[in-house]
Amino acid sequence: MTDVVRTGIRPSRVAIYGVLLLAALVYLIPLFIMLVTSFKTPMDIRTGNLMALPTDWTIIGWTKAWSEACTGVDCGGIRGYFWNSFKMTVPAVLISTLLGAFNGYVLSKWKFKGSNLFFGMLLFGCFVPFQVVLLPMAATLGQLGLANTTTGLVLVHVIYGVAFTTLFFRNYYVAIPDALIKAARLDGAGFFTIFFRILLPMSTPIFMVSLIWQFTQIWNDFLFGVVFASGDSQPITVALNNLVNTSTGVKEYNVDMAAAMIAALPTLVVYIVAGKYFIRGLTAGSVKG
Amino acid sequence: MEHIQRQPDRVARSRSRLLDGLQRWLPKLVVAPTFVLVGVGIYAFMIWTGVLSFTSSSFLPVYEFIGFDQYAKLMANDRWLTASVNLGIFGGLFILSCLVISVLLAIFLDQKIRQEGAIRTIYLYPMALSMIVTGTVWKWVLNPSLGLEKLMHDWGWASFSFDWLVSSDMAIYTIVMAAVWQASGFVMALFLAGLRGVDSSIIRAARVDGASLPLIYGKIILPSLRPVFFSALMVLAHIAIKSFDLVMAMTAGGPGYSTDLPAVFMYTHTFTRGQMGLGSASAMLMLGAILALLVPYLYSELREKRHD
Repeated sequence: MTDVVRTGIRPSRVAIYGVLLLAALVYLIPLFIMLVTSFKTPMDIRTGNLMALPTDWTIIGWTKAWSEACTGVDCGGIRGYFWNSFKMTVPAVLISTLLGAFNGYVLSKWKFKGSNLFFGMLLFGCFVPFQVVLLPMAATLGQLGLANTTTGLVLVHVIYGVAFTTLFFRNYYVAIPDALIKAARLDGAGFFTIFFRILLPMSTPIFMVSLIWQFTQIWNDFLFGVVFASGDSQPITVALNNLVNTSTGVKEYNVDMAAAMIAALPTLVVYIVAGKYFIRGLTAGSVKG
Repeated sequence: MEHIQRQPDRVARSRSRLLDGLQRWLPKLVVAPTFVLVGVGIYAFMIWTGVLSFTSSSFLPVYEFIGFDQYAKLMANDRWLTASVNLGIFGGLFILSCLVISVLLAIFLDQKIRQEGAIRTIYLYPMALSMIVTGTVWKWVLNPSLGLEKLMHDWGWASFSFDWLVSSDMAIYTIVMAAVWQASGFVMALFLAGLRGVDSSIIRAARVDGASLPLIYGKIILPSLRPVFFSALMVLAHIAIKSFDLVMAMTAGGPGYSTDLPAVFMYTHTFTRGQMGLGSASAMLMLGAILALLVPYLYSELREKRHD
């Protein structure tokens, strides 16, 4: 019986695999082109084509992008901006995740009058188009003396990321039985004891989700970077955009592509190393369990 | 209550009352920073932008109220009209293409495929990239002289011509392409998760009854994925309305302002052209568009829950 079904299905199996592989190629080709171009010489780029391999491989595009390329008026490469992005991303990710963990804990296990309203407020905050807060935020950062600083960007990313991290942790902790918490409370455990002794040890997966989601979001952000930072404090995405869209001089596509690769590498590495958490973060809240 | 039942000594009682009070306040204390940050950073700022949209602010915020003038100006603004029409084209095509492609790929990938994990990883990696990176790559791929066109010429298709990126009529479609490339894998993952949740015994029963596979998908499985469709629609519409990075990286709104989207319009007018009032009005309209999507969505979500 099963054999009959199997032989009957075979041609369609081939078609299915064909479509899937073709799609995989379409997704991979831009990455291939980006990599190949970054290792070419400008001469090679003009004579060859997108899919051709470099005639002689060179890392000149990479070194130039890293330390010499012009992003606007400044010609020191993108390395400074790369570190800016790290200095901005790491604290913002840690702070927003910690806040989210505690918020999620309170909103699932220590509900108070109005806590549902607060959660609704946060949820709505996930959807607000950021354009609607840009101008007041710029004015406020200026007042606080945080305009064009990495600290300012950290604050901004914490504010607009905490709604997501809270959502992650709240939905994760809701699934943990209340009886467990009640029993601990009867035993005299307090607010923090319960969190650190009971919930935290079982929170590794959701911490991973939150850290990876926030890292990707904040590293890849362009809007806040371009609005709230200028010159030396700009993150890598803004520098990359400046580099690519600088109209002075001869366009060096190998440098553009190397710079794009450098900007993409941290999140790509995270994705490859911890992909399953990344996917869980993307789908959390989108698919109702 | 407690102190009536028990009779602890006074010191212990006051200490426990203090602790009780602290315990009661602790949860609120812990969420207070977030409450303040979000209350100010989202809600107060939203109102502030709303207020600014009724003023004549240009390079600096001024509080001289002029009613709905900025909105009227916006409606009469050619560039805003282009941006809105573009959002319709971009949003419509982007959402539709993503849904079709990702449903198909999800169904195909759900057929007990070997190396499914690897294939899924490949489909999803663009989502890990910044839209600026995506834009940079696609700008290069679609480069009118050295990109796709040259590739096709080299491969022997001499008459092939592709200059959409610099054509004011077609440039918006290149942004659709890049956006679909980036987001479709993610939507595929949503649908795949949905498909995995479908009860396989129903499918087996339908097959025993002689139903063909396309029929089963069309009549049973896809309709049962309605909630996933809604979620995907929400996420995609949200990406479309907020799209800014991709346009900035690929065309910066050009040629002319032919690829402007509302988010680009808002940014240019508020931060580079010194028309804060107009920019604020455009931001408020973007908020309105999101609300128009969000309210029915949340309403249906909440209603479904109540029925459960």
